[in-house]
Amino acid sequence: MWSIISVLVENKPGVLFKITNLFRSRNYNIDSISVGITENPEVSRMTITTEADEKQLNQIIKQLDKLIDTIEVKLLDEKKSIYRELVMMKIKVTKPTDIKEITDLANAFKCDVHDVRKSSIILEITATPDRINALEDLVRGYGILEMARTGICALARGERNEG
Amino acid sequence: MEKISGARSLMIALEKEGVDIAFGLPGGANLPIYDELYKSNIRHVLVRHEQSASHMADGYGRVSRRPGVCFATSGPGATNIVTGIATAQADSAPMVAITGQVPSKMIGRDAFQESDIIGITNPIVKYAFQPMTPGEIPEVVKKAFYIASTGRPGPVLIDIPKDVQQNEAEIHFPSEVKIRGYHPWVDPDIKEIERATEMLLSAERPIILAGGGVIISGAFAELQSIAELLMIPVVTTFKGKGSFPENHPLSLGPIGMHGHAEANKMMTEADCVLACGSRFSDRSVGTFEEFEKNLKIIHMDVDPAEIGKNQTTNVAVVGDVKTSLRIMVKMLIQKAIKRNGESAWAKRVKETKDYYRENLKIHPHPLAASKVLKKLREVLPGQSIVTTEVGQHQMWASLFFDVIQPGTFFSSTGLGTMGWGFPAAIGAKAARPDVPVLDIAGEGSFNMTENSLAVSVLEDLPVIVFLLNNFTLGMVAQWQRTFYDRRMIGVDLKNCPDYVKVAEAYGAQGIRATTIDEIGKAVQTALKSNVTTVIDIPIDPQEDVFPFVAPGTSLKDMILPS
Repeated sequence: MWSIISVLVENKPGVLFKITNLFRSRNYNIDSISVGITENPEVSRMTITTEADEKQLNQIIKQLDKLIDTIEVKLLDEKKSIYRELVMMKIKVTKPTDIKEITDLANAFKCDVHDVRKSSIILEITATPDRINALEDLVRGYGILEMARTGICALARGERNEG
Repeated sequence: MEKISGARSLMIALEKEGVDIAFGLPGGANLPIYDELYKSNIRHVLVRHEQSASHMADGYGRVSRRPGVCFATSGPGATNIVTGIATAQADSAPMVAITGQVPSKMIGRDAFQESDIIGITNPIVKYAFQPMTPGEIPEVVKKAFYIASTGRPGPVLIDIPKDVQQNEAEIHFPSEVKIRGYHPWVDPDIKEIERATEMLLSAERPIILAGGGVIISGAFAELQSIAELLMIPVVTTFKGKGSFPENHPLSLGPIGMHGHAEANKMMTEADCVLACGSRFSDRSVGTFEEFEKNLKIIHMDVDPAEIGKNQTTNVAVVGDVKTSLRIMVKMLIQKAIKRNGESAWAKRVKETKDYYRENLKIHPHPLAASKVLKKLREVLPGQSIVTTEVGQHQMWASLFFDVIQPGTFFSSTGLGTMGWGFPAAIGAKAARPDVPVLDIAGEGSFNMTENSLAVSVLEDLPVIVFLLNNFTLGMVAQWQRTFYDRRMIGVDLKNCPDYVKVAEAYGAQGIRATTIDEIGKAVQTALKSNVTTVIDIPIDPQEDVFPFVAPGTSLKDMILPS
């Protein structure tokens, strides 16, 4: 089961190490992890995606919670949260018509197009993993020279009664 | 405000925490700390190897239930206490370990005696601090003691760069600290305790499994009340040994790999278990899947992460075990529940206990472990504190040495650290100088930290080493005999050294006891003389530990002596 865990942690040195070392030492799997500070500069948010069965997921959350530097640990419901990943792909350009085709695809996927050259073009997309994978499938034929992914970044949606 | 050094502020902060003794060994990177220790009222116990300092602090901490303190220098000094920290973590023992570190400007430059002890110990500490200014030290110390001693206790490391020890600053000592991500006290949910009580009352074959948490929280009276009100038999984990008086009619002793036969048997026949402060270690329960079959599990623990980690629970009560049990006792009293112990289950328990106690075959040797340890129990006062090393003798202690007074038995049960028992006994003696302290030892383990004899003698912390000497790494030998077709390798210690002479060389008393009668007399001599004594008891190297639940099997598959 693919899951998104949102963790508020103390923004200080060594905390990322403690989190990742916990996953390593307990034989859990990190699919992706993204870290950045929050509205409070003393606090960082880590968004961790993991592949685990229910029992293991339960343990991951409890063990994360047990760490003294974690302030809040939440399992995000995919349907009740916004989650995105930023990806850049450098795609190979073989013939001049490729540029037009790739740019059209980029427009269809609402990507930004950067660094258009004779031999390559960089696309930047911020989307859900499904959409990113779909785009990746479509451009694979041209040849993906390089790719960088940030990992998932997510927030729970506001409560319904908040309006 | 007057300026003081980081080292001075460390000493003041430790004194404010009530620290009056610390175990350690100085070196280049903690000399400023030692210079302040020289001026302070804290007693320093000089060890011969830092590993022993950490075990002494551990033993002190378990007995006093306050964090034991140890000091080590940077690099090898720090890495030498790693085993002690891991041992304390595995057994939830409160400890504050304070290491010197190379000066902050040298960190990361592979300086002489530099080791990244924060990184090295990350998975085995409850928390670690590295103050980078002298002003942080008082708060760090306060937090360290708070974290080490509350909730589920554990070891906390404070790693202080040398310049941070030396530099001076105007230093403020906080009277309290708050850590927003740490919530050691959770009030148990009354509804869950009600559910637990109902489940226990409706069970046909209930049993109590008492773990180390009962000892840590001191829930002896509460545990005994519940057992007696409901007439429920009590088994323990090995760490929980002695949480319930082992001469009590309802006591069945520890379960597990080398659990008592009656305890393992009744555990497998029970339909509902009230597990208090136990983490369902594989050593205690065997295979997890088999253990929970046809068994309702009520789990009380202070650590929410233990709920559901190894076993699926039916009712979980998170919170201090003593508090939870006390609430349960109140509920039972309010409901006016008092059972008489005449149920079919109670009869079955009694029959089974009697059967195994009368019919288990005893090893045919004049110094069979059972005879030796029963003699020890006979002559050792009930309030004495007993530690053990790790190996066959440890399991024999579990099987044949009854703990009468709760909370007087300590062993490295989680990590299984050979060499733990003797320095831990010295630490225990420092915490309780008023009672005899004895280490049930094997010579293989004793070898590992026997240089602590110097500490025991010179620091006037006399303990008795009750050495079951089979000239062999006995537990390994047993496994080689059992699982490796008797291909014996790396186990023969060839009767070297002579432990009477070793004891004497350190200025301790050495006694060789070769009969049961001599053993009794030797213990009495040691108790009377109140000096460090090694009692060397040559036992049979061929004796195996039974019952035996082989690794990867279930308690049902217990092998009995044949």
